[in-house]
Amino acid sequence: MEILYKNLLNFGLGEVIMLCIGGLLIYLAIKKEMEPTLLLPMGFGTLLVNIPFSDALAGPIKELYEAGIANELFPLLLFIGIGAMIDFGPLLSNPKLMLFGAAAQFGIFFTLCMASIFFPDIDAASIAIIGAADGPTSIAVANALGSSFVGPITVAAYSYMALVPVIQPPIIKLMTTKKERLIRMPYEQKSVSKLTRIMFPIIITVVVSAIIPQATALIGFLMFGNLIRECGVLDTLSETAQKVLANLITIFLGISVAFNMTADQFLKPQTLLIMGLGLIAFIVDTAGGILFAKFLNLFLKTKINPMIGAAGISAFPMSGRIVHKMGQQEDPQNFLLMHSIGVNVSGQIASVIAGGIILGIFGS
Amino acid sequence: MYYLNYLAVSLSSFSETVNSFLSNLGLEFHPEAVLGMLKHMGVGMLVIFVIIGIIILATIAIQKVFSSEKKVKTKK
Repeated sequence: MEILYKNLLNFGLGEVIMLCIGGLLIYLAIKKEMEPTLLLPMGFGTLLVNIPFSDALAGPIKELYEAGIANELFPLLLFIGIGAMIDFGPLLSNPKLMLFGAAAQFGIFFTLCMASIFFPDIDAASIAIIGAADGPTSIAVANALGSSFVGPITVAAYSYMALVPVIQPPIIKLMTTKKERLIRMPYEQKSVSKLTRIMFPIIITVVVSAIIPQATALIGFLMFGNLIRECGVLDTLSETAQKVLANLITIFLGISVAFNMTADQFLKPQTLLIMGLGLIAFIVDTAGGILFAKFLNLFLKTKINPMIGAAGISAFPMSGRIVHKMGQQEDPQNFLLMHSIGVNVSGQIASVIAGGIILGIFGS
Repeated sequence: MYYLNYLAVSLSSFSETVNSFLSNLGLEFHPEAVLGMLKHMGVGMLVIFVIIGIIILATIAIQKVFSSEKKVKTKK
């Protein structure tokens, strides 16, 4: 009979709290549909690793972690899938939109300053990259820098990505006037040649890697995925990368990130601080994009709707859709979607560049 | 000058008080670290804008090159 209760006596308060956190992640994934593809495996993984003497923690989850996260393989493979999903067409129609993607990375560096008050440089840099609003980049950079807070950073990155529809609208409203939100931006459909679409990922890879070699893997895998999509002769591979590969890696990534979600690693005051700093990163990213658009408007004859600056965070495609929706709430005839999606995909590129810069500054 | 010294002393004693409280929680408090990071912030944002600028120019260039090639072919 002892076998029935023997292990139950090993549960401490920390394990019980972590089981509740795991349950909460599963609830948010299923009931609220917050990034379910990642929060559900992470939530379930959290349950698995917080059972006292769990053989999952020392066995398969540890093996998966070492095989795919400790060496940054899973986030990079996921980038192939993400690259294959992204259509750079709206961006190629108006390449200047890329500037907003750059401006919206301000939150990363602002958070770096804030985090350095409480954390050593390496951890501060890893926390700051939550502002990339891009889960794989956050995991890859935090791991490459050897941060001891990969678990909380991953939870913060994915939670806030899921909360973009809640976080961004009040900030956008706060920072723009009604008159600015009403600015219309007519979209001119420009044809983008197939050769341009093929050359774009190649050029980006070469330019970024030549300047920041630490970003070669991140940008290279993202652009490789996009090249598969655009080349036109690898439709099957493109489809596989978008669906099978991305889904498979997401399952493994989610469940193996939970390796860092044990009570002793997660239940620290630092976790709360990381969640707070992550939120600051998202808020300042949004503000940075909007302020940059307002700054450009000082010099432009044809004004830009500053809301599109907020789409520069790389939470793709939620951020682009939110800006479009807010534009339509103010004026049902205002169609900002193509502009905001263009800015949004540029944010994806800029966030990877920012990740490379952080690695360049703090790596090795 | 007197006020600046007073401010520096106040900040330092505030930092010590906060540090002793946070160290009980396993945290650190180094407000002076921000100054060191400001340089990284400036460099980081500058590098992002420079790279993005190069990419914009390269994109515009390839668009022009390939669209003009297309036009020449059409004329022929």
